Amino acid sequence: MSADSLLIVGVNHKVAPVEIREKLAHNAGCENPVVTIKTLPGCRECCFLGTCNRVEVICASHAPEDTARLIRQHLFSGAGLSEAEIERYSYLHIGREAVNHLFRVAASLDSMIVGEPQILGQLKKAYRAAAELKTVGPVLNKFINKSFSVAKRVRTETNIGGSAVSISYAAVQLAKKIFGSLNDKRVMLVGAGEMAELAAEHLIAQGIAGVVVANRTLERAITLAQRFNGTAVSLEGLSGELENVDILISSTGATGLVLMRDDVKPIMRQRMNRPLFLIDIAVPRDLDPKLNDLDNVYLYDIDNLKDVVEVNKSERQKEADSASRIVDEETAKFQLWLEGMGMTPTIVALRNKADTLRQAELEKTLSQLKELSPKQVKAIEVLAASLINKMLHHPIVFLKAKGGADEQAERLDSIRQIYGLDPEESNLDEEDQV
Amino acid sequence: MNMLFPLTYLGYLLATATYLLWFINQQRTARLAARWLLTAAGVLHTLNLVARYFEAGHTPISNMHEAVSFFAWSMTWGFLIFRWRYRVKNFGSFVSVGITLLMTVAALASKEVTPLPPAMRSLWLPVHASIALMANAFLAMGFCGGVMYLLQEREIKSRRFGIFYERLPSLEALDNLNQHCLSAGFPLLTLGIITGSFWAKQAWGSYWQWDPKETWSLITWFIYAALLHFRFTMGWRRRRAAIMSMIGFAAALFTLWGVTYLLGGIHAYVG
Repeated sequence: MSADSLLIVGVNHKVAPVEIREKLAHNAGCENPVVTIKTLPGCRECCFLGTCNRVEVICASHAPEDTARLIRQHLFSGAGLSEAEIERYSYLHIGREAVNHLFRVAASLDSMIVGEPQILGQLKKAYRAAAELKTVGPVLNKFINKSFSVAKRVRTETNIGGSAVSISYAAVQLAKKIFGSLNDKRVMLVGAGEMAELAAEHLIAQGIAGVVVANRTLERAITLAQRFNGTAVSLEGLSGELENVDILISSTGATGLVLMRDDVKPIMRQRMNRPLFLIDIAVPRDLDPKLNDLDNVYLYDIDNLKDVVEVNKSERQKEADSASRIVDEETAKFQLWLEGMGMTPTIVALRNKADTLRQAELEKTLSQLKELSPKQVKAIEVLAASLINKMLHHPIVFLKAKGGADEQAERLDSIRQIYGLDPEESNLDEEDQV
Repeated sequence: MNMLFPLTYLGYLLATATYLLWFINQQRTARLAARWLLTAAGVLHTLNLVARYFEAGHTPISNMHEAVSFFAWSMTWGFLIFRWRYRVKNFGSFVSVGITLLMTVAALASKEVTPLPPAMRSLWLPVHASIALMANAFLAMGFCGGVMYLLQEREIKSRRFGIFYERLPSLEALDNLNQHCLSAGFPLLTLGIITGSFWAKQAWGSYWQWDPKETWSLITWFIYAALLHFRFTMGWRRRRAAIMSMIGFAAALFTLWGVTYLLGGIHAYVG
């Protein structure tokens, strides 16, 4: 039999607008979706990555098409879309394409803002979560770990991270176009996500005057506010504080809108029409799209922000091209490994390994025993060969034994591990801890 | 000096073309060339005005051609002095277009030297007319700033970044520009109206007689006064200020031309 096929079903900013992506986010819920996906027929291993720009289900399956269809249905359940729409708003990569895709994602080549570093951390987190729930096995372990090392290679060999502009940087640029100097401006973080923290750090580096954190749980707000020497308010205190801030970054996990047009309208009068720059990086969105209709209010969501960084795109394109070459190279290498994961290649590898051992040991022994007659030499050679054959007999029978595809994959993995057929394996585990 | 005006006009055309080229390609050399061309045109223009003073024997602000030419001259030097103190990215491209438009109007008007009617023979002529036109020059720059503000704001608001987003300065800078133009233009406008009323007293025996030009200059004054007042009390700034300063300038232009051509009145002979 051949190895399981790798497949990736996903939705990202390129194929689906925010409106569609936010419908998916609900699926993430509190329980990691891998638990359900793992039970889908055909699916042997899986890992779920959900960020504000993308959802990726990475899966190893022996019936990739069927599994993919079921994963799609599961992802979009409750979104109320037709089959055709679901296909339009998501993508499916199988085999080599899937390998290439995950490597690109990990290396931040597929990001909304190419080169932004957060995606790798998010992928590592997703992998860790899946590993804890034991939904990843030998294939995905190898696959996802490999994607980390590809990302690392891309980052060291190209300048993609150096010229990368993250969303928070884009927001800073835009803020400067609105406010000129940021020196006397104050920023409010609504919700305490990582993304918001990062944006706040960028703004502070630009000399912003103060930070206010509003969060559902006040403790979390206080902790974060302390980090920035700012003040904390509860989510209810948000509109009261709105009069005194100039930039608002919202990233709550709330399912509904947090700030409506009519909440802000009277505040703009109190603010004497000082402009208000609202950044909505939450999915689903926090801020009423109608806010942008108000005079001197500028509302941007993550999709809008990417336009701001179009400027030095050609420069980054060059780096992205060399990064793509690295990814392609690594894809080809991984593909070779993946093909070797089948039964026959494993048996061949096992025999080769034994043969090399046999020959090396024979040479060593025979070179010390020069006085032996040709007959005696022959006898030792036969001894070595039959030892090897007998030693290999059971492992090969074990490999070829009938059983479900699941069991077979496990047996393949055990044999490869026991005999050390994947020399890279050990150092990959180290990389995971990076 | 018949040659001086066409030369000046040509200088402005070249300066404007270079400013527009700079706006497109954003090369430093184009900007430097544009500034030197504009300065050169401004110098030629000054010579032109001096020569005309000697030719006419009186301050050359007595007909449409002369008034608009002086208006353009004030705008040029207003801008050059302004940018020496305070720089606004790509402001020159907009101002130079304004200057060229004014010069085109001046070029099309009759360049005949007209003898001065008795009522206008007064020291108030150079004082009142030059102050009023300088006020117009600063208000025109405010208008340019307003246009820039609205263009920039449109791109930021619609989140579609076109030619202006990178080239125009921040909204804050453009709002400040508006404020600066007004804080020069408004006192001059006030002074223009006051000197005008003194001249009216001298020429016609009454400080104020509600002729259309006086009325419209007062309307203009009220528009700008309202803008300045509400800016501080009610936060009329940014977009609203940009629009108001454009409306105000439209009123100023109407005072200059509309009144003369449409409404008549005792001021009518002045450009």
